[in-house]
Amino acid sequence: MSGNHSGEHHPEPLSYAEARTKAIESLLIEKGLLSTDAIDARVQAYEQDIGPLNGAKVVARAWTDTAYRKRLLEDGTSAIGEMGFFGAQGAEIVVLENTPDVHNMVVCTLCSCYPWPVLGLPPRWYKSDAYRARAVIEPRAVLQEFGLTLDESVEVRVWDSNSDIRYMVLPERPDGTDDLGVEELVALVTRDSMIGVAKVKSPAAAM
Amino acid sequence: MNTESDGQITNMDGVLALPRSNGELVFAAPWEGRAFGIAVALNEGGAYEWGEFQRRLAEEIAAEPSDDEGSEYYERWLASLERLLLDNSLVTREELDARTAAYESGELDD
Repeated sequence: MSGNHSGEHHPEPLSYAEARTKAIESLLIEKGLLSTDAIDARVQAYEQDIGPLNGAKVVARAWTDTAYRKRLLEDGTSAIGEMGFFGAQGAEIVVLENTPDVHNMVVCTLCSCYPWPVLGLPPRWYKSDAYRARAVIEPRAVLQEFGLTLDESVEVRVWDSNSDIRYMVLPERPDGTDDLGVEELVALVTRDSMIGVAKVKSPAAAM
Repeated sequence: MNTESDGQITNMDGVLALPRSNGELVFAAPWEGRAFGIAVALNEGGAYEWGEFQRRLAEEIAAEPSDDEGSEYYERWLASLERLLLDNSLVTREELDARTAAYESGELDD
């Protein structure tokens, strides 16, 4: 603690965790075990490439590309693979189209099977006993608790994911989005809409 | 980029699950992201099996349970990483302590 540094760099001293992390990183780099680029690449990949953003890209493309939409509904696994998303532990991904007449929602009654390459990790409620049991028995009541009230005329279909087939919902494109580009559409698509417990809100309503 | 074929990191469950918002990873401070990236990059570089890290993470979380979910997760993560590096002789405690002190004092700043 000689105090011989000028001190202008750190008006706020580093916390122990910050200093410890920097110490580990710098030592590993010196020893040739890691590079800064490798760390940057991993953080970026996990922050941006894995999560519901992948699913949102799939949905936005299906909304804007009729041929892709057809392929996606016929063979979800390969159409999603076209976008570079793989690896649902060998399971097929089946995409279910929501329409004004049919509302699909997904559950895994046995455990928590989930199409994680497109949707990231399942939310806590998806793994809860209550959701797993009630989604099948009283789907409309469950949807209401999520804030989604469906007209009696809409048919509700509940799909039970398993280790061989993971389901993902293609939500309806909301009104008022005709002028939006793909990037803007991606931003509208939520995780819950791809599980089928919500609709995608129009940009005016989402504000 | 297909960074992991079997989801062993992203699918860690229960108390081991990575803090997320709307499914995406959340880092409350830059150092958390660095600590995450270091552990994952070392594993992918073959320095250790993910299970070795995961076991220590489970032990650290069990030793100091947090009621505020997520906020202390990366503190436990950092402690697990440090133990693994020491156990596998990738760094020594002396050099780690000395380097940490240098950053804390401002002697090193980058």
